[in-house]
Amino acid sequence: MQNFQGVGVSPGRIIGTIRQMPKPISEPPAGEQLPAGVTAEDATAALKAASQAVHDELKARAAHATGDGKAVLEATALMAKDTMLIKGAAKLVARGVSSERAIWESGSSVSEMLHNLGGYMAERATDVLDVRARIVAELRGVPAPGIPASSTPFVLVAEDLAPADTATLDPNKVLALITAGGGPQSHTAIIARSLGLPAVVAAVGVDELPDGTEVYVDGAAGTITAEPDESLRAAAEAWAATASLLAEFSGTGATADGHLVPLLANVGGGKDAEAAAKLGAQGVGLFRTEFCFLERDTEPTVEEQAAAYKSVFDAFPGKKVVLRTLDAGADKPLPFLTDSTEPNPALGVRGYRTDFTTPGVLDRQLEAIAQAEKQSEADVWVMAPMISTAEEAARFASMCADAGIKTPGVMVEVPSAALTAEAILREVGFASLGTNDLTQYAMAADRQLGPLAALNTPWQPAVLRLVGLTVEGSRAEGHNKPVGVCGEAAADPALAVVLTGLGVSTLSMTARSLAAVAAVLKTVTLAEAQDLAKLALSAPSATEARAWVREKLPVLAELGL
Amino acid sequence: MPERTATIASRSGLHARPAALFAEAAGNAGVDVTISMQGEPAEEALDAASILSLMTLGAAKGDVVVLRADGDGADQALDSLVALLETDLDAE
Repeated sequence: MQNFQGVGVSPGRIIGTIRQMPKPISEPPAGEQLPAGVTAEDATAALKAASQAVHDELKARAAHATGDGKAVLEATALMAKDTMLIKGAAKLVARGVSSERAIWESGSSVSEMLHNLGGYMAERATDVLDVRARIVAELRGVPAPGIPASSTPFVLVAEDLAPADTATLDPNKVLALITAGGGPQSHTAIIARSLGLPAVVAAVGVDELPDGTEVYVDGAAGTITAEPDESLRAAAEAWAATASLLAEFSGTGATADGHLVPLLANVGGGKDAEAAAKLGAQGVGLFRTEFCFLERDTEPTVEEQAAAYKSVFDAFPGKKVVLRTLDAGADKPLPFLTDSTEPNPALGVRGYRTDFTTPGVLDRQLEAIAQAEKQSEADVWVMAPMISTAEEAARFASMCADAGIKTPGVMVEVPSAALTAEAILREVGFASLGTNDLTQYAMAADRQLGPLAALNTPWQPAVLRLVGLTVEGSRAEGHNKPVGVCGEAAADPALAVVLTGLGVSTLSMTARSLAAVAAVLKTVTLAEAQDLAKLALSAPSATEARAWVREKLPVLAELGL
Repeated sequence: MPERTATIASRSGLHARPAALFAEAAGNAGVDVTISMQGEPAEEALDAASILSLMTLGAAKGDVVVLRADGDGADQALDSLVALLETDLDAE
C-alpha cells in the first residue's frame, strides 16, 4: 500500500481504478517545418487520417450522449473533418509547414473568424480550438485532451480542473476526483461538492500513478491509498451504507435545542434552483448571476436577464432568494466587463468595482431583477460582491432603491468590510460572508494555488475572527440585521457548527451538502456551538482549530464526514 | 449547372443542430454542393458540406439560399437538400 496525503474537500470513501487526465496539448512551435523525408502529400494524407479519426471518435461519443450534449458532440465531430479547416491546413503543408503546426494555425484563423461574428458563432469558437487540439494529439500519438472517455466508472486524477471541464464531466462515470494541485477553494472542490463526489486536492505525487491503479479515496480525511487492503474495502462498503442516510434533508435547519439556522442553497441558474428545491433547501442564499452569462461576449438584454432570474425565483415561491449582482473578474472573466490584461486580477476591477469602469451594466441588471421580482412570488434580496467601504455600500443601496429593490445587502469578502461591518450595515439590510474570497484576501493566498492550500482554509483562526467581527458589527448596529455565510465553509458540517456558534444566522451551500450539515447541526445545542466557536478561535493554527472541533463532534466519525 | 433556391425553415436558422444535419447530408450527397445567399455571385458560394462555412454564412429563418451542384445525380441531390432546408429541424 502506498499513501498520499492531500486536503479532503468533499466527503466520501470509495474504491476505484484511476484514469489520468491527459496533459494539455502544447502549441507546435511557430515555423515548425515538415521533417526531412516527409512529402507534403504524405503529411496531408496523415492530417486527413487524423481528422477522420477524431471525427469518428466524437461521433461515437455522440451516439451515447443525449440532449444538448449530443447536439454539441455531433457538430464538433463534423468540424473535425471540415473542408474549411482542413483545406486551410493543407495549403500551409504544401508550403512546407509541419502538419501539426498547419492545423494549429488553420484552427486559430477559423476560431478567430467565428469569434468576430459574435453571438452563437463566437460561442462555438472554443469548439474549433478543442477539435484542433484533438487532431494535434492524434498526429502526435498522445491521448486526446479533456476528461478521458471510458465505458466503466473511474477515479479521475488531474493537475486541476477548470470550470469548462464541468460540462464534460459525467457524474455517472466519475467515482471521485483527485488533484495534484489546486486548493480547498479551487474549482475542483466546488465541482466535486456540487456533484456529490468524494474529492481530495493538493495530493502531491498522485499524477505519477499509472492508469488502472486501484485506489481507496477518503474525501473527508484527504487520504489516497494505492492497492487498498481488506480493512479499507470494508470502510468503503460502510460508507456506501451511511451515504444513503445523508441524502435526505428534512427542510428545517436547527440545533438540538431548536435554535433555527435556515439552510439555503448556492445556485447558478434555474436548473440548479429546481434541483436545490427538491433537496429541501429553505431558499437560495447565493444566486451567482454571472453563471447565467459566463460564455457571453456581450451584455445580455434586460429581458434575457429577467427571464434567467425569474427561473430561479419560480423554484422558491414565498421563500428567500438572495441574488448576487454580476461578480465578474479574476477567475470568472466576462468579456463585456473585465479587462483581461490586468496584472493582478484578484485585486483588480472585479465584482461591484466593474461599475466604476463600465457604468450602466449594474443599473440594467438591477432593472432586470426588479422586473423579474414583480412577476414572481419569491422574497428577493440583492447583494453586491467585493464591497470594501461603507460609502460603496451606501451607493449600492441607493442604486437598489432607484430600481425599486426593497432589500439591498453586501457580500463581506474583503477584510476591510468585516472590520467596518457596523458602518456598512447602517447602509444596507444584510450581509453575507463569502468565505472563499475572505480567506484568500485575509491570508493573501491565491485560492487556485496548490502550494498555498494550507493557508487557504476557512479554519484559519484569522478568518474565523473576521466572521465573528462581522456578527459583532451587526449587533453594534442595533437592528438585528442578518449576517449569513454563503461560501464553501458552510458546506463543511464541523465548520457549520462553529459558524453557528459565532452567531451567523443562515448557512448557504451547495445543495448536496444540506443533509450532512443538518444532521450534524441537530446534534449540538446553541451553547455547545458557542463553546466550539470559542475553542476554534483560541487555536494557534487552522490544523488545530479543525482537529479540536472535530474531536468534540463524534457524530462526524460515525457518519464518515 | 443545376441550381435550386430554398427558404430556411429552422427556428434557429442554419446554426447548431440544423447546420450539422444539413452539412452531413450535403457531405453524403455524392456530388459537390455549394451554398450562397440569394443574390450573391456563384463564385463566392461556400462548400455546403462544411459546417464552419454554413455557420459563417449566417442564414436566419426565412432567408433564401441558393444551392448548386454538377454531375450525375445533381438534380436529385439538390431536391432532397432543399427539402431538408425547408423543414423545421429544431422541431424534431
